[in-house]
This record gives sequence, C-alpha cells and structure tokens, in this order.
Amino acid sequence: MSRIGPTSPIVLLIGLIILVAMAMAGLAGTEFALSRYLANAIGQLAAFAVLAISLDLIWGYLGILSLGHGLFFALGGYLMAMYLLKHSFEITATVPDFLQFMGWKDFPFYWAGFEFFPYALAVAVVVTLLVSGIFGYVSFRSRVGGVYFAIITQALVYVAMLLMFRNDTGFGGNNGMTGFTVLFGWPMGTSGMITALAVASLLVLAWVLLGCRWLVGSRFGALMLATRDDETRLRTMGYETLRLKLIVWCLSALIAMLAGMLYVPQVGIINPRVLSPELSLEIAVWVAIGGRGHLVGAVIGALLVNAVKFWLSSAAPEIWPFILSGLIVLVVLVFPNGLMDIAKFKFVRPMGAKRLAADLGESRP
Amino acid sequence: MSLTALLVDGVTVRFGSFRALDDLSLAIDYGEVRAIIGPNGAGKTTLLDVISGITRPKQGRVLFDGATDLTEISEAAIARAGLRRKFQKPSVFKGLSVRRHIAIGADVGFRARLDAPALEDRIDEVLEIVGLADQAGRLAGELSHGQKQWLEIGMVLASDPKVLMLDEPVAGLTDEETERTAALVRALRRPDRAIVVVEHDMDFVERIADRVTVLHEGRTLFEGSMAHVRADAAVVDVYLGR
Ligand SMILES: Nc1ncnc2c1ncn2[C@@H]1O[C@H](COP(=O)(O)OP(=O)(O)OP(=O)(O)O)[C@@H](O)[C@H]1O
Ligand SMILES: [Mg+2]
Repeated sequence: MSRIGPTSPIVLLIGLIILVAMAMAGLAGTEFALSRYLANAIGQLAAFAVLAISLDLIWGYLGILSLGHGLFFALGGYLMAMYLLKHSFEITATVPDFLQFMGWKDFPFYWAGFEFFPYALAVAVVVTLLVSGIFGYVSFRSRVGGVYFAIITQALVYVAMLLMFRNDTGFGGNNGMTGFTVLFGWPMGTSGMITALAVASLLVLAWVLLGCRWLVGSRFGALMLATRDDETRLRTMGYETLRLKLIVWCLSALIAMLAGMLYVPQVGIINPRVLSPELSLEIAVWVAIGGRGHLVGAVIGALLVNAVKFWLSSAAPEIWPFILSGLIVLVVLVFPNGLMDIAKFKFVRPMGAKRLAADLGESRP
Repeated sequence: MSLTALLVDGVTVRFGSFRALDDLSLAIDYGEVRAIIGPNGAGKTTLLDVISGITRPKQGRVLFDGATDLTEISEAAIARAGLRRKFQKPSVFKGLSVRRHIAIGADVGFRARLDAPALEDRIDEVLEIVGLADQAGRLAGELSHGQKQWLEIGMVLASDPKVLMLDEPVAGLTDEETERTAALVRALRRPDRAIVVVEHDMDFVERIADRVTVLHEGRTLFEGSMAHVRADAAVVDVYLGR
C-alpha cells in the first residue's frame, strides 16, 4: 500500500482544485470575481480533466486503450441535455429547436420523465453500465485486447456518431440539442450559474481524483497494475482478470459519463461531433502527454492541451489538427511517457532521477 | 487421495500441421521431483502450457488428483485448485514491489482473505526462503534477471501449491544461484506435493530429480533415473550427445 505524503503531487493538486473552487465561490458577485469567460473555461477544463482521468484509469493502470471514450462522455452529455430541454420546456414552455425543425408537436414518448433529474441521472447510469458492460464482457471474454480493442472502440463511437446524425431518432439529429434555459429551477447563462457550474465541476474533479487515488492504491489497484504488466501471469495465479477488467472498464465509463453531464450545461450544446473519432483520439493524447498511469499527469495533460486548443480556436483554428497530429507523433515516437519523460530528462537527472520518479509515481505501490 | 497428482492422457497439441505434443501420456506422482528434459522444441513448455490451461489440446485430457480434467477449466480455476507454474521467461509485474508480488501469490482474491498479520508473516517467510528479504520494497522491474527468477518462484510457492511447475528455473543464473535453487527445490519436496522441473542444466537435474522424463518431438523418449538417462543410447543420440 502506498502512502501519500502531504506534499505529494496528488495532494497538492487536490488542494489547489479545492482552493480555486472556494475562491471562485467566495469572490462571486464581488469586483474580484473572474470574468464569465474565464469561469466558464475553468469549468469546462475541469470536465475534460475528469474525462482524462476516466481514460487514464483503464489505459494507464490497466493497459486497455480505448479510442472511443467519447461515447460515454456523449451519453452523459445527451442525457443531461434531455433533462435540460425537458426541464426548460416545463418552466418556460420553449419548444426545442429540433422538434420544431422536425415539425413535431410533442416530445417523443421516450423523453417522458426526463424533466425529473434523478430519473435522467438513473437512466444515464443504467445505459452507461449496459453499453460498457455488454461491450466489455464480449470483448474481454473473447480476449480481445491491445490494438484490436482500441480499433473496435473507435468503430463503436463512429457508429454512434452516424446514428446520432440521423434527424429522425428524436435526439436532435445533426444540429444536436441546445437552447437550455433552466437548470434545477435557476436561469442559465447568469454569472452566478456559470460560477456554480464551474465550482461544481471542480469539486467533482477533486472527488474523482481522490476516489481514483484510493482505488489505485488499494489491493485491487495493485491487481490492476499486475493485469497491465502480465495478465497471463496473474490469471495463472488464480485471479479472474475478466471480472477485474470489466469492473474497471464500467467504472471508467461512468466517470466519462459524469464528465459529459458536467460539460454540456457549461458549453450549452451537444451534437454528434462529440462522438467524432477525433475527440476520442484527443482524450488519449491528453493522457499520453500527461504521462499515462499518473492521475496528476492525466489532469495536467488535459489542461495543457485544452488550454492550447482554447487559445488556438480564436487565434488560428485551422492549424489545430496539425498540432494535434504533431503531438501524437511526438508522444508515440519520442516521449512514450509524456511529460514524465520530459521531466526526468531535463530537470531530474542532475538531482536524482529516482527521487522525482518516486514523487511523480503515484502508481507505485 | 490418489498417489498420482497429474495424469497426462493421450495429449496432442498442433500448431498448424506441426505436432508440438504427439499423443503424449505420462503420470507424475505426489512426493516426487520430476525433471522434464529434451532438446529445444521438444514440447516441454507446451506440456506445461497444457497443464496450466493456457493451451488447449486437440485431443487428450489431463487429470488432476484423478478427478478434475484440467483441459476443461479456466487457467484461474486450475490455479485455485492448487497448481502453480513459473514461466520460462521470467514473468513478474514490473510496476509492483517485491512484497506485493508475494502478497498476490499468497492470498488469492480481489479482497484480502488472510488477516493482515498472518499475511505479513507469510510474506516475510517466503521472502526469506527465496533470499529477497532485503529487496522487499523494490519494484520488480528494477531487479536483476536472477532476482526476477527467484521472485517468480517465491510468488508461485507462496500459496503452498500441490503441484509446482518450474520452467527453466536456473537459466541465466550463476553457479552459486543455481546451487541455492537446487537446495530450495529439494527443500520444497513434500509427500503431498508434486514438483515438475523443466531444465537444460544436467548437473542441476541430477541434483534435484527423483525421476526424469525425456521428451523428443512431442513424445516420451525415455523415463527413469538420471543415471539411466545418461546411459540410454537414444537419449545420448538426440540430446545429451550434442
Ligand atoms: N504458439 C505457438 N505457435 C506455433 N508454434 C509453437 C507455438 N508454441 C510453441 N510452438 C512450437 O512448438 C514446439 C515446441 O515448443 P516448446 O516451447 O514446447 O519447446 P520446449 O521444449 O519448451 O523448448 P525450449 O527448450 O527451447 O524451451 C516448437 O517447435 C515451437 O516452435
Ligand atoms: Mg521451453
């Protein structure tokens, strides 16, 4: 069992996140409050960081690469959007654009109950568990792994995208869903709401970090690393790795779903592009850049890449794909452990690679 | 309890048209240390793969304790029945500490079954046996080749297996380490345990084995004591003489 000292990176990071959340909450409404743009960006970044952690959990700690994690993110996002639209409709009687577009007078029958948040949440959890559970069971059962698994997950997210692009499914079609006006009875788009959503996202991020740290430090976490390092070895010592992989895979899907639920009210829209293979690839890039198998690394990777992306999206949006591809090549060929490699390379050698490696290595038992 | 621990009965394994094991039958008893020798590619590792459930034979069965057909249950179930195996290529978990390996080997399950003090005692005991007590906190990935071999042996014997299979346990070890491994194998011999050792080092085999099975092209070429093996013309011809 690994011990976490008060100055270990993960404790510092969680402390920082909570501090930012408290400062944002405390300063809200005063002259020192963050701009709406910045508060919103922090909230979205926090949601992406949660998404990065979900992938790191299965890729970094279990060795299973998913290139389709956007699927679970979108699942959370779409079901959250359904709640928002239904709830907004109930209070303000605004008919969602996509219904008008289709010439429908009323919501399809399967939207029933979505104005009630606990129901929407329960549906999100159940659907995520069903999809991830069935897909995981079938794949792990037939011992599909490595590149093959990654390719299948990518195909899965692509199929989901094609499905959601259809306009007749009642999920918004290619325009997606937007026009959310009310959340939990409060109007959306106000500074108060933006701050509240960002603070909530930060707190969820802190909780997810804490929970995952506890998991990977536990006996079960050691078995995850053992599965990653040599699954056959572990299996031939009496461990049913299928069950272990399935549990972590479903947990990871749930965390990604949670990230999607946090993301959609902050960005104000969800459409099938969230299901594009590129986004799912990008999640893997965040984790790879931060250094897989390090929870702190996943968060830093998500923040760094997205900060660059936010900035570029106004400065020079057309070069983003090139930057992204360049990052992939760099990470694959030069720095297989992302920032961890760079850190070791540059600063650590002189002062003892061991120490920093030990500091950074929360995966270490 | 039957005296026969493992009964390999007419097992054939094919890779394409090639027969790695060809209608192989042999019995291994409790209380013995059985060495399996033979030239490269004779099928020694494949035999252990079949017993541990990694490779499923085309034909034949492997009876454990005269009752359980190991060709029909999962690798994990085979292990839980009391069979453990060290791989030819040292197989350890590079991201885990030495201590954690022994814990995983001693206490099988997602949640700990043994109470903490009992487990700690068992870990200390095993680390002492395999001579890694002073390495307990290190990551397996940082160990030397010989230490990895010993760690894997420690990991598989931590659960007190009824059948212990060691695939080339002294490959790449120094003379002194080989000597210690031989002493360890002899010390692990018990009336209620069968030990199967695959090895190319004939002096080592001579020291540890009660009986020797010589495999050649997936079949048994000879079975008997090491002295008889050395005297057998066919064995000298295909293996020892080269
Ligand atoms: N998965 C596989 N696919 C195809 N051929 C295989 C496979 N595994 C083993 N073989 C072949 O089966 C034969 C027996 O291999 P095995 O590993 O059992 O030999 P061995 O007796 O352990 O040899 P060594 O002393 O070199 O370890 C070899 O010719 C090998 O190339
Ligand atoms: Mg072999």
